[in-house]
Amino acid sequence: MNNKAHHMTRNLVASLIVLLACVWMGGCQSAARPTLYQKIGGEAGLERLVDLFIQEIGRDKAILPYFAKANVSRFRQGFITHLCDTLDGPCDYQGDSMIQIHTGMQITEADFNRVVELLINAMTEAGIDHTTQNQILARLAPLRGVVIKM
Amino acid sequence: MKQAESWLLLLTSCVLCVSTHSIAGSGKLLATPGVSQVEGSAGGGIVPWAQLAGYASEVQWSLGGFCSRASVDDYRLDVCGIQANLFDRVELSYAEQTFAVPALNTDIEQSVSGVKVRLYGDIVYSTWPQLSLGLQHKSLKDDAVAALLGAEDDSGTDIYLAASKLHLGMLGGYNAFWNITARHTKANQLGLLGFGGQHGSERIYLEASTAIFLSQHLALGYEYREKPDNLGLGEQQWQDVFVAWFINKQVNITAAWLDLGSIAGQPGQTGWYVSVTGYF
Ligand code: HEM
Repeated sequence: MNNKAHHMTRNLVASLIVLLACVWMGGCQSAARPTLYQKIGGEAGLERLVDLFIQEIGRDKAILPYFAKANVSRFRQGFITHLCDTLDGPCDYQGDSMIQIHTGMQITEADFNRVVELLINAMTEAGIDHTTQNQILARLAPLRGVVIKM
Repeated sequence: MKQAESWLLLLTSCVLCVSTHSIAGSGKLLATPGVSQVEGSAGGGIVPWAQLAGYASEVQWSLGGFCSRASVDDYRLDVCGIQANLFDRVELSYAEQTFAVPALNTDIEQSVSGVKVRLYGDIVYSTWPQLSLGLQHKSLKDDAVAALLGAEDDSGTDIYLAASKLHLGMLGGYNAFWNITARHTKANQLGLLGFGGQHGSERIYLEASTAIFLSQHLALGYEYREKPDNLGLGEQQWQDVFVAWFINKQVNITAAWLDLGSIAGQPGQTGWYVSVTGYF
């Protein structure tokens, strides 16, 4: 192999490694990259998603009882602001902490996963693509520890 | 056999006692238990994973069954088995394998009783990977072929430690899964060719699986399993590339392409694998 070809292969391999590293790290951070909030259609998309989610909860025998005494419009507003914040939208959730809100509910592992499934249903109904759904779940999953069995 | 019977009894009584105030579990997310491996444990096709069979969460139980067929150039393996998951803590399994060797016009039969205990974690939610410890006790019905080839025993017990993790959205937004298993075993070709042999050296063998989820229902993966060569017949590592289709929480179907290397002196054994698992 001559020197030039050798260089080209090396550059190609180097760029491939960088590319792969980018994919593994969850993407190259550049200014142009849309936030998850933007990906789901900003404020309108978020509100639509949360409304669909609330409808899903309303239809679910296992989860609805948790909301028996909840104020739905308050939940809707709080959840929208919290999700907007979590998905890097222009919001700053200042409501009660996740621990405070869910303490006393004794949410089981199974019911937590059921709520995840309801959210997936709502995201699918809202037309959010599979990879964006996964990225949203990846943001919410770490909160499980401060939500269940409280 | 006695062991299997007592397990069945235990299983039945457990089911009876919990069924009155608990429902068969579906508290896990779709696809997270994986499928069934050839020795009856929850896993991929050839590697037992840290997840337990079925969708039971910590206050639930579940029961499942599966059948699989592996067909390579000179052999065929058929397996059917049952699995129970008790409170996402203990998995009990029992499988019967029939290994057809057309060249010798014979079938080799083996039973595998398994127990797996989840030691730590949850493949989705815990910071560190889920960790489980398992045993697979294998027993040949007839050791004629094993003895002929120089195996020392007609039964043996594998012990393994498995770690697994699902990374949400990690690969460009797709969910990525991996599992690593370390197994202590003396089994020749799963035990179908007996246990131990003149060339045996006691050590830990490594197994690994990885998969990417193209959708909630469809996973594409690769598996690798290191194996001993106790008989000096050139037993090699196993590998497969698989597609698993999780239709719902009741049924999943797996298809794979196998590369099982050399088996009993016949090199280059490649072929197909299909498996169906159902949970109640
Ligand atoms: C990571 C998962 C979760 C997050 C991020 C989350 C977040 C929130 C937020 C932001 C609110 C509204 C707070 C406000 O009023 O301003 C809320 C309320 C509530 N959440 Fe969750 N939640 C999660 C999981 C769950 C689960 C699994 C359940 C039940 C199975 C649940 C049941 C409730 C109920 C019943 C309320 C209403 C409380 C009330 O207004 O009385 N949450 N949650």
